[in-house]
Amino acid sequence: MTTAITALEEKDNPYALSHLDALESEGVHIFREVAGEFERPVILFSGGKDSIVMLHLALKAFAPAPAPFALLHVDTGHNFPEVLDYRDRVVEQHGLRLHVASVQEFIDSGRLRERPDGTRNPLQTLPLLNAIDSNRFDAVFGGGRRDEEKARAKERVFSLRDEFGGWNPRRQRPELWQLYNGRHAPGEHVRVFPLSNWTELDVWQYIAREKIELPAIYYAHERTVFSRSGMWLAPGEWGGPGEDERVEERKVRYRTVGDMSCTGAVDSDADTIEKVIAEIAASRLTERGATRADDKISEAAMEDRKREGYF
Amino acid sequence: MNTPATFGAHDEALAATSLLRFATAGSVDDGKSTLVGRLLHDSKSVLTDQLEAVEHASRSRGQEAPDLALLTDGLRAEREQGITIDVAYRYFATPRRRFILADTPGHVQYTRNMVTGASNAELAVVLVDARNGVVEQTRRHAAVAALLRVPHVVLAVNKMDLVDYDETVFAAIAEEFTRYAASLGVPEVTTIPISALVGDNVVTPSAHMDWYGGPTVLEHLETLAVTDDPSEDPARFPVQYVIRPQTPEHPDYRGYAGQIASGLLRVGQNVTVLPSGRTSAIEALDVLGQSVDVAWAPQSVTVLLTDDLDISRGDMIVPSDATVTASQDLTATVCHLHDTPLTPGARVLLKHTTRTVKAIVKEIPSRLTLDDLSQHPEPGSLVANDIGRVVLRTSEPLPVDAYADSRRTGSFLLIDPADGSTLTAGMAGDAFADAVGDAGGAEAERAGADDDGWDF
Repeated sequence: MTTAITALEEKDNPYALSHLDALESEGVHIFREVAGEFERPVILFSGGKDSIVMLHLALKAFAPAPAPFALLHVDTGHNFPEVLDYRDRVVEQHGLRLHVASVQEFIDSGRLRERPDGTRNPLQTLPLLNAIDSNRFDAVFGGGRRDEEKARAKERVFSLRDEFGGWNPRRQRPELWQLYNGRHAPGEHVRVFPLSNWTELDVWQYIAREKIELPAIYYAHERTVFSRSGMWLAPGEWGGPGEDERVEERKVRYRTVGDMSCTGAVDSDADTIEKVIAEIAASRLTERGATRADDKISEAAMEDRKREGYF
Repeated sequence: MNTPATFGAHDEALAATSLLRFATAGSVDDGKSTLVGRLLHDSKSVLTDQLEAVEHASRSRGQEAPDLALLTDGLRAEREQGITIDVAYRYFATPRRRFILADTPGHVQYTRNMVTGASNAELAVVLVDARNGVVEQTRRHAAVAALLRVPHVVLAVNKMDLVDYDETVFAAIAEEFTRYAASLGVPEVTTIPISALVGDNVVTPSAHMDWYGGPTVLEHLETLAVTDDPSEDPARFPVQYVIRPQTPEHPDYRGYAGQIASGLLRVGQNVTVLPSGRTSAIEALDVLGQSVDVAWAPQSVTVLLTDDLDISRGDMIVPSDATVTASQDLTATVCHLHDTPLTPGARVLLKHTTRTVKAIVKEIPSRLTLDDLSQHPEPGSLVANDIGRVVLRTSEPLPVDAYADSRRTGSFLLIDPADGSTLTAGMAGDAFADAVGDAGGAEAERAGADDDGWDF
């Protein structure tokens, strides 16, 4: 094939960067722009793989100095214990400052009410905005990727939020070249998405290349689960299973990590990173389609949550 | 002790996949959604749940076939109005390459979106309908690609099935477009006859066009060599952030962090810091934890200098033999982005690389119509989607390159100091490169232009 010759030329070009090098360089550039232009940036850290990759990039961007950012965990109260352990270990290992915005506290104090379906995912917005407001964070890093969901595909790298934390997709600033405009008025803040151009597969390939440790639930393991809305949910303090839901032992892993009440596991034998990468490359479902009950509500579920100030 | 040949080769399998950013321009009528849908679908980038959601949504709108535009039209307003409002970014991969596609709407009121999508593109796909040939909109798309200096342009002549796969139809369109693009200074055009609907020459070669021996669209995207030799480009390093750990292990460490905007840096190189003009030499280069002798654009690096200079964010490190000088006067071609018009006398902020300074719009000498390249002197103002010439005066000297020499250090934004809105995208220097090839022919192509004044 004639085309193979050209491909070889690109591969042999000593200056050609791999896609992971290009994405890493772009991500680091974004972190440094924020450090240079904002007063009080914070990284949203859930203990999920995307936020772990964000933190990894932030640490590399400023080495040998520590990353000039605190972490903010919006805690739904329905956490996987493995993920909380991981979070606390990472915070200690890198000497980071952790802020926790607790959904449970908001429920206990009557500022939020538990939903009839028991899911706490939409309840995260108020504690998140409250934490941003009370700590006067002006830049908030999120691990959102444009390939995740179609409303996110229209998201900017620097996304301005008004004083109510709201997102107005019709009034977004055009983003050209690598010039990010972070101007904002007092009370407004900017959500920053350094992984905008990454795909799920890129994230996993990067985790493999950089040998980044993840919470164990991302790899296949035996777990007691029950079926709801076509997903495997794990029983826990959050309330499941219901009376007519039967539990069983299955070998599963998680493709995303969120609130236990709406994050499903997938059947999997992938117990190493190589197997996970092979499994994702062959998967015919998106990670949100496979594992997030909240995004199945409607065509615009994510857009509506984002307008309210969600991640 | 890393040479360019060994750096990054620690995982050969991963290093073999490069990244290509490209943009598509065209309208629904040209079959752009079908082309994009086919690229995504045939590269298995549309997954079952996404396709099911599109099929469901199409059915509920009374459409029989799944409308692939719904894959990218992610906002409620877009779906309700059946139009694409914003640039949609799509991600797909083949074993050879990872692609970032900026899918931009083609109509004139969305010129700003096309400009946005093209700003980071290494390649632009312009789509025409074989039955209509090169039309006003095609010329506008070619002009945007030329203006933004997109290095590679592909003309996809679509709907070949509707002109009986006639070679002479394709050849005439290809010739007309290539001649027009050359007159705008586009260095390279690849023309491909396709039928996006049937699938001819999109991913797999056509069985209907024996007379075409070139690559399919996807083959071309996969194999095009897009990395040029950075040692031929001017070296530019805008300082983003100064890393000073001040820890017991690193009491005196002072590293300048940034992304190399253009060219190549080397340990031992003599450098000048702009705008101060102070000089030093590169003592060490660090590419995210790896010490190297050479680093190049677009790597994010940390630079250590042999001398302790007063350098901060917004300064630019360049080789001492560089010809760039910092100036407060700037003439540029701009695309106005905001709904509030830009007028002479406007006081704005100008963001260039990592520096933001105050600026005044001194003059708007002309506005350009992209369809026929005609100029309108003294337009009084520029409204959203207008392209025009602007003369600016900045509060501090800036080392701005000609956009033609460096897209990254020749570009800037104008920002509203009152509310922070991004107003205008600017490109320093001449609008278009000199015509490629026969100058006389190029002249003739610029029908409607009052004079040669556009090439300042």
